[in-house]
Amino acid sequence: MKTKTFCRVAAALFVLLMPGTAAAQIGEPYIHDPSTIMKCEGKYYTFGTGGGGLISEDGWTWHDGGVRPGRGAAPDVVKIGDRYLIAYSATGGGLGGSHRGTVLTMWNKTLDPTSPDFKYTEAIAVASSEDDEDCDAIDPGLLLDPTDGRLWLSYGTYFGFIRLVELDPATGKRKEGNEPINIAIGCEATDLIYRNGWYYLLGTHGTCCDGPNSTYNIVVGRSRKVTGPYLDNMGRDMLEGGGRMVIGAGNRQTGAGHFGRYIEEEGVEKMSCHFEADFDRGGRSVLAVRPLLWKNDWPVAGEVFKEGTYEIESERRGYALELCVDFVRMEGGMHRFWEKSDEPLQPLKSQTLEDVIGTWPKGNIDVRIGDYMFRPHQRWTITAVPDAGGYLGAPYYKIVIEGTNRALTATADAEVSTVPEFTGAPEQLWRIEQLTDGTYRILPKKVPGTDEELVLVSIGDSTPSLGKFDRNSDNSKWNFRDH
Amino acid sequence: MKNFYCKILLALCLGVGLNIPVPAQDKVIDFPLAPYFSPATSEVMHPDDDGFIRRWLLLEPIDKPNRSNTVFTDSYIREAFTTEYFPGQFTVLPEDGDHVTVGKQKLTWHALESNLFNVKLFRFASKLHKQVYGVLFWAVTVIDSPEDIPNVRLSVGSNSASMWWLNGEEAVMLSGDRRMVKDDCLSKRLTLKKGKNILRGAVINGPGMSDFCVRFLDEQGVPVRNVTIKKQ
Repeated sequence: MKTKTFCRVAAALFVLLMPGTAAAQIGEPYIHDPSTIMKCEGKYYTFGTGGGGLISEDGWTWHDGGVRPGRGAAPDVVKIGDRYLIAYSATGGGLGGSHRGTVLTMWNKTLDPTSPDFKYTEAIAVASSEDDEDCDAIDPGLLLDPTDGRLWLSYGTYFGFIRLVELDPATGKRKEGNEPINIAIGCEATDLIYRNGWYYLLGTHGTCCDGPNSTYNIVVGRSRKVTGPYLDNMGRDMLEGGGRMVIGAGNRQTGAGHFGRYIEEEGVEKMSCHFEADFDRGGRSVLAVRPLLWKNDWPVAGEVFKEGTYEIESERRGYALELCVDFVRMEGGMHRFWEKSDEPLQPLKSQTLEDVIGTWPKGNIDVRIGDYMFRPHQRWTITAVPDAGGYLGAPYYKIVIEGTNRALTATADAEVSTVPEFTGAPEQLWRIEQLTDGTYRILPKKVPGTDEELVLVSIGDSTPSLGKFDRNSDNSKWNFRDH
Repeated sequence: MKNFYCKILLALCLGVGLNIPVPAQDKVIDFPLAPYFSPATSEVMHPDDDGFIRRWLLLEPIDKPNRSNTVFTDSYIREAFTTEYFPGQFTVLPEDGDHVTVGKQKLTWHALESNLFNVKLFRFASKLHKQVYGVLFWAVTVIDSPEDIPNVRLSVGSNSASMWWLNGEEAVMLSGDRRMVKDDCLSKRLTLKKGKNILRGAVINGPGMSDFCVRFLDEQGVPVRNVTIKKQ
């Protein structure tokens, strides 16, 4: 094996074998300043600084291949009707260079470069800055206001003000007579989003482009009006440098920047950004996708799901998913609590798999939900399955009883059970997504005999099944508890 | 006369205190299972507003000594409920007043309507001066459906463990030391067939309260109410 090949294999193995390593997108997710992720004809797209972009079939494995002309910096994309509007910027150099910048927009009917419909319109300038201005017209962010259909664009860097202009959603041009409004300072790579009566301005603070030492982090302020003022949780205006942290460094990745929001469906949201340096990928800048949570109407980045052994707790009553097997009582540890005792304390041993597995049936065993007693039939080990693909932001997982290969599976009658051996069949692969309220939904990759997307539900306090996801029902929600 | 008013007052107090709808006064006073039960009638009866089935044939408790409910594992329950205690146990549709013999016990079926959403087996036994602990109850009812209703689930709460069969097929089992909880355990998706459906249940209890509540829920979790509940 040649040294280069050996190094590649070793690096791949390192990534696969690291505990809890399903933290980063796989493939070649190398990008800087990623645009908001768009889904187009079944594939996911994001564009970055310097032209080009990434494409993913499933939202987990990413490859180079996106096409965006114009090079320049930090694009963003919004879908309007059946077209995509792409904004990007031609920079004068930034930081220590010139601050002459121009933001341009262009349209395309598709983002798929292999489609016969793939053709960009000519780029048109919609905002600019000169060297004598306190603004650097780069890093655009687009918002199509869901309340009234108006189109807004924010832009700017640390050099001066973040500015807001209005565009015509029919043409992508600047609205005639529109003047920029200053809405923030001290940040860059802004994005605007709307939710629940609030407009949110997300910007990136900290030091950019310094590899593992980049302190880039994403902050947010909110306003009842798109034009501001955008205040943080302390009431500080972002025009005074305010901003509440959404995501910073962690999981051996530094320099979170360039927020983008992706709404999977109501109650299931994700955010994209880059990390300036992924320590497990030699410090390269990579695309990251995280769950997006909402706490008291503030956006918070969820955590990447960590492989491990958990209680799978139903949000409905708080009971735990477990095998339908005889409860094996533990001997000892019974005391007459009303009598004093001078006997020395002896720790009780936890019940082990060996203590009970002989009492379990050998074939399929159904599951139910019951009081969590940290017993072997209630402890589920969850690990990513290599080469099984994934969904936006995460891989598929297998869910097995700790110390065994007994795997949770969906059944042809849309119920849940376990099989004695994990085979990798699609009904044994599980999608685990954190919801906007911090709980999780759990979906099989495929329910045998149907293409309907069903999630693990608690139909009774003690009975699990598969059913349609309902974000307003605790029946659809679960927690993973390590205790 | 004085005694008569006392009885009425006592019955009303009991009913109000236990939040039990009080039926006609003569029924309350005369019926030994009041205020928990009324005698089953031949009037058309649907599940109640929440879908709970209140008309049942209940067999007086079979002696099944257990000092603790912690023994009710899946294996124990399956064995205890598949043992034949009396002929026709899994097939007979009894009538009010029918008798069966279990060992040395001569037991009677009672056609009753619960005045609560749940069926208080403990009070059924105690009011009849039967044993209340270490017992096994059998319950049967008939659900008449105007059409096939697919994808419904039998929803049961019971104290303590129980097992239920619809038209002779095992539907759901509740093992362990259980308290009665509305919508605790649900069956897999079932079909209530057009016409008569026989629902049979067995509830076991050592010490403490014993009762159950039963209803059918559709795929959306909505109670099934467009059926009638019959004695036969």
